[in-house]
Amino acid sequence: MKCAPFRVELPSTVDEVVAALVEHGEDAKILAGGQSLIPMLAMRLARFDVLIDVHHVDGLASIQLDQNTIRIGSRVRQSEIERSDVIKRHLPVLAEATALIGHFQIRNRGTIGGSLVHADPAAEYPAVALALGATFEVTGPAGTRVIPAADFFLGYWTTALTDDEVLVAIHFPIPEGKRVGMTVKEVARRHGDFALAGAVASIGLDPSGAIVETAIALFSAADQPLRLTEMEAALTGHSPDSLDIPALSAAAAAGLAPGDDLHGSADFRRHLFRHLIADVAAEAITRAQEATNV
Amino acid sequence: MSEDVEVRLTVNGDGYRVRVEPRKTLVDALREDCNLTGTHIGCEHGVCGACTVLVDDRAVRSCLMFAYQAEGTSIRTIEGLADADGTLHPVQAAFREAHGLQCGFCTPGFVMSIVALLDENGAPTPQEVREGLSGNLCRCTGYQTILEAVDIAAATLRATSLEATR
Repeated sequence: MKCAPFRVELPSTVDEVVAALVEHGEDAKILAGGQSLIPMLAMRLARFDVLIDVHHVDGLASIQLDQNTIRIGSRVRQSEIERSDVIKRHLPVLAEATALIGHFQIRNRGTIGGSLVHADPAAEYPAVALALGATFEVTGPAGTRVIPAADFFLGYWTTALTDDEVLVAIHFPIPEGKRVGMTVKEVARRHGDFALAGAVASIGLDPSGAIVETAIALFSAADQPLRLTEMEAALTGHSPDSLDIPALSAAAAAGLAPGDDLHGSADFRRHLFRHLIADVAAEAITRAQEATNV
Repeated sequence: MSEDVEVRLTVNGDGYRVRVEPRKTLVDALREDCNLTGTHIGCEHGVCGACTVLVDDRAVRSCLMFAYQAEGTSIRTIEGLADADGTLHPVQAAFREAHGLQCGFCTPGFVMSIVALLDENGAPTPQEVREGLSGNLCRCTGYQTILEAVDIAAATLRATSLEATR
């Protein structure tokens, strides 16, 4: 189908984006890469009088490396993240997660900010942001505020952004000088399809090899990305050799209530999570043990 | 109503000036305003890949991009692949050789995806080819011959670039 008619605004600054959001309220939507929004418009699942196209806004399309963080502009395309030397070197898990998103034709248009703000529970980036403790730089009429990933995702396609706010950048802490291993895995029927189940792990070791930091986040497990806080607590403080990771993963998966639909039953998804959680935990530990940046 | 906007498109090296509604997708503008009907419209929501074209050398779904957004870009479609004398592009020639098409509806999208894929990686593994083509659907299900066509095209393109460097 064709989209319903709309007007386009092409602001060139973040302030102009905010002004347009204030003016049009819920009649307007920001258009970034459009790889989720345009299908929704085409299927008439959504309809807006005004699209605020952010392609000409200054400062949204760069990847910057600071001492301990990478700041990624919200309009950076997924294919640029996949190819970025800075990201491949300092945060390879983000490049790995990107390769799992849709198809390369989609990633050539889709943006990191668009995916995060769309907040599809089956999407990769929200779970990566949650596991890695990313923060969201958001600008509205009252100025700029920073929202931690843990407070950003509120449910199906719902975030803490208000109608008059725009996501400007995402800040990812990078584990420079620490023994940290990170990984992401998912199961989809076909490469590029929505994940039936997915998991991200980031595990840090101290000089003796004991686990000092654990973050495990799941996607397609609930209405928003989930942290496995109980399993994280069970890992932290212990030597990897002393842990029964398959048993801990089975316990964590048993507590999940994933979707139950024609793509996969809840039992099947729990089965997938049980193995995915064990796999990402084991691989993150191995990567931390092999980390050479310390 | 939304007002028409004037858009300048460069398609296969030719300039076009079109007046379109903001909601008009790039594929509709190519077909209806540029009369380039080689690019096909399948699902119209980004799933089937039939409308794949190259925008600034990157493969994109032209149904998931509005025509006004293509202002200032360089677009390549299936019409822009063969030489002026009709000599087929190596990917097109490989499709003919391998019988990589049946009804042909999905073919323009597959061919453009493969051109982009081989441009970036001249010697993809079978796994990389399958992943790269996972975003294009063939409802005749003639996938095996399409995969063969990719192998043939990759070999031709490698041989050509080797010759060019000699």
